[in-house]
Amino acid sequence: MTSARQELLAGIRAEMPVTLGVTPFGLIYGVLATAAGLPPILAIAMSSVVFAGSAQFIGAQLFGVGTPGIIIVLTTFVVNLRHALYSFSMAPYLQRLPLRWRWLLAYLLTDEAYAVTIGHYRDESKALDHKHWFFLGSGLTLWIVWQLTTIVGVALGAQIPPTWALDFTLALTFIGLVIPALQDRPNIAAALTAGVVAVLSFNLPYKLGLLIASLSGILVGVWMERRA
Amino acid sequence: MTTAFLTILGMGLVTYLTRLAPMWLYTRLKIPLWMRQAMRYVPTAVLTAIIFTEVLLPNGTPDLSIHNARLLSALLAAFIAWRTGNVLATIAVGMITLWILQAIGL
Repeated sequence: MTSARQELLAGIRAEMPVTLGVTPFGLIYGVLATAAGLPPILAIAMSSVVFAGSAQFIGAQLFGVGTPGIIIVLTTFVVNLRHALYSFSMAPYLQRLPLRWRWLLAYLLTDEAYAVTIGHYRDESKALDHKHWFFLGSGLTLWIVWQLTTIVGVALGAQIPPTWALDFTLALTFIGLVIPALQDRPNIAAALTAGVVAVLSFNLPYKLGLLIASLSGILVGVWMERRA
Repeated sequence: MTTAFLTILGMGLVTYLTRLAPMWLYTRLKIPLWMRQAMRYVPTAVLTAIIFTEVLLPNGTPDLSIHNARLLSALLAAFIAWRTGNVLATIAVGMITLWILQAIGL
């Protein structure tokens, strides 16, 4: 049987390559949040309180254009709904854990920790006993890297001139994530709908268009899937 | 400052709830099929909405012309993403293209 310590170390090792990809995003988040006018302490606080990359990028941007808090919170909720899906697929493996373990692991459930950990849980050749330590190891590793890169990004942020157009890295990052996911017609339809509605509704105040566009895209995706 | 911090706490709370609720209430809660289907399209829809506004509305108004340097850079970046599936290569090509277009004043 694998010990708790071995599981923890294996989780840390498995997350390491992923942190290489996350490092630039942490830096860019720090830079962007500062560029959007968020005070350094709040930009850093967001990384530990929210701990969700894409929602933080969007949140910082919404702060920058003076969006009311309730809209920012609502948008964050929609953007992070996918975590419920991860949590749901992880749930059967965590049922026998004490509640305080589930409270901790839920906080660490990011895209990157989920991607690494779910494969380990599904590997039935290894006993379930201490696999939550693997989850903890991968989740904590990512958490530490995210906090550190945020701090460095915030420190660099003030020194980078606007002509470098670093805010454009947000759109580019998302292009890199979305294009490979456009594998079937419902996903392509969801993307096109969301994009077109977002441009058509750009006049609405406080980026409400983002919320409406996202919901339209999701609806069209589900509708296409059911029709097929 | 205080309002902003409260907003961040709210963001943290809703994010935490999406992560905790299913693993906490698993045995009592059945996520309906339509919700599971909907969640599959959340990333695509949200991210594309942001991409379109960032690329097509560079100054807050729609710009579909050839003078929109961000549009040209994004198209080239999308091509790289499609061919390589590599996020870092996509960012690198997009940024370098934008800087070149800005430098030659297109």
